[in-house]
Amino acid sequence: MNARKLVVLLAYVLFLLVPIYWLLNMSFKSNTEILGGLTFWPQQFTLDNYRVIFTDRSWYSGYLNSLYYVCLNTVISLCVALPAAYAFSRYRFLGDKHLFFWLLTNRMAPPAVFLLPFFQLYSSIGLFDTHLAVALAHCLFNVPLAVWILEGFMSGVPKEIDETAYIDGYSFPKFFLRLFLPLIRSGIGVTAFFCFMFSWVELLLARTLTSVDAKPIVSVMTRTVSASGIDWGVLAAAGVLTILPGVLVIWFVRNHVAKGFALGRV
Amino acid sequence: MSLTLEHVSRVVDNEVYIDDACLTFEPGSFNVLIGRTLSGKTSLMRLMAGLDKPTRGRLLMNGVDVTGVPVRKRNVSMVYQQFINYPTLTVFDNIASPLRQAGVAKGEIERKVRETAEMLHIEGFLGRYPLELSGGQQQRTAMARALVKDADLVLFDEPLVNLDYKLREELRQEMRELFKTRRTIAIYATTEPNEALALGGTATILHEGRVIQSGPTTEVYQRPQQVLAAELFSEPPINLIDGRIADGEVALEDDLHFALNADLAGLGEGAYRFGVRPSHIGLVPSNDDDLEVSGVVELAEISGSETFLHVRNGRFSLVLHLQGVHDYPVDSPIRVYIPTHKLFAFDAQGRLAQAPSRRY
Repeated sequence: MNARKLVVLLAYVLFLLVPIYWLLNMSFKSNTEILGGLTFWPQQFTLDNYRVIFTDRSWYSGYLNSLYYVCLNTVISLCVALPAAYAFSRYRFLGDKHLFFWLLTNRMAPPAVFLLPFFQLYSSIGLFDTHLAVALAHCLFNVPLAVWILEGFMSGVPKEIDETAYIDGYSFPKFFLRLFLPLIRSGIGVTAFFCFMFSWVELLLARTLTSVDAKPIVSVMTRTVSASGIDWGVLAAAGVLTILPGVLVIWFVRNHVAKGFALGRV
Repeated sequence: MSLTLEHVSRVVDNEVYIDDACLTFEPGSFNVLIGRTLSGKTSLMRLMAGLDKPTRGRLLMNGVDVTGVPVRKRNVSMVYQQFINYPTLTVFDNIASPLRQAGVAKGEIERKVRETAEMLHIEGFLGRYPLELSGGQQQRTAMARALVKDADLVLFDEPLVNLDYKLREELRQEMRELFKTRRTIAIYATTEPNEALALGGTATILHEGRVIQSGPTTEVYQRPQQVLAAELFSEPPINLIDGRIADGEVALEDDLHFALNADLAGLGEGAYRFGVRPSHIGLVPSNDDDLEVSGVVELAEISGSETFLHVRNGRFSLVLHLQGVHDYPVDSPIRVYIPTHKLFAFDAQGRLAQAPSRRY
């Protein structure tokens, strides 16, 4: 790579990182400094904002709630989508192609459409304000996506491997868990990543279906307007901490994702 | 363990894959299924393995009906045309997997895997993953996995097709050695008649889902019961010429006449199709009963140290299989000699009426 290309690329990356830098910058400033004037780095460096989040239960429980339902959703989505994707990739049944396509229509409707029915349904069966409620609601979007991605990976594995396994004496569950899942672990990684990220950033459903016990962080962040005005610094710190899980997840699955983009149906 | 197929058919969506197959395979036999692509070789093997269920008919293992028994309850193994191994397991674990599923003791597994790997010359790669091996080694791994468990029935579905020429020859030779001492039924599918001849044993000719002929390979080759069998079990395909016998004379295409010889004397008068193998036609007369045919060269195909010479005579075409490299310009006139005692004769229904019996 020559110097000119490098300069252009660096400039572009810096440009992309400006908002994130600004968020980071704000999270280390006090409210007076944020409102006082334009400063490019914190004049009085402070960790107070982070201290508030890590000590105030209403803040940190937001993260815990979010993490809880996001993980729950990822697990449920994978557990449901793996058998479904296997069926779509290996068997021919009545209406399989139509069903496969119409699965995706769930993703065509904006989440807001489902707000009222979900709210009414979950309230009446006592699921309102539970982590399970949000996790299940997010399945509506994540399961079709997961099935779609996993089917691509599974169809990349020759059917003869399944047959060879049966010939060798494997039972179906044993073959599926011991041989098949390791074969598509990239696909599972990619799918888990997408489920995690979607569920993590989704605001509308998560906010509507919870009130106190399962209140997610994105919801906490929108309710920081108090009588004394907006607490900018804490909000910025919360923003930084919200980005972190995504960064971590991407870091762990980055190789799989690259492979997934090349191989499967992402 | 003998395997018997009783009137086995398989029909999917009104499409006939296997049509009324009746076959018996003896224990310790090496059987070759010959047929072009889509002739039903793979379908038949999948039925025998238990991967598919026959629409009609029964499968008997040693006299016991196994028609509905799922594949993992049967003691069979199969090698595919593609190199199928478990990519996430090492070669050792790949070969060991059938034994592990069968609950064989650890020491025994170790011993058997090593023994089988040595037999197939892959003992040096046991710690590697299949995708780190060459194609030939991958297929050897698949074969080792098929052989390690002493299956009653071992199926090979064109296992050597995706390998290069040299490796194919090598593995083919080993193949017979591997089965010499075993009491298993080996079934080997191939599209190439020459491969079937090289492997020996018994041959079954398949065409469009039907069994055309089955028997010891040399017998099937020397006495094809139908024109179709002769055509399918010959590479290049046997030359067929319509003819007629009348007044102690044979007329090929109403054009070439020759006197009935001792071999053909038993045939009655009437219309016949005469067949002659490409390797039997010569460029120089070798017998006193040779029939001289003059024509022009259509094409000289040189393949290795052999030449396939296509010759056209006003009414029919002939293919000659010649040893050595012969180069002829297209359309050059040529004379070829058909030894008439090497002629096959098929009657109007396509059934064998006379096969050459002299050995010289």
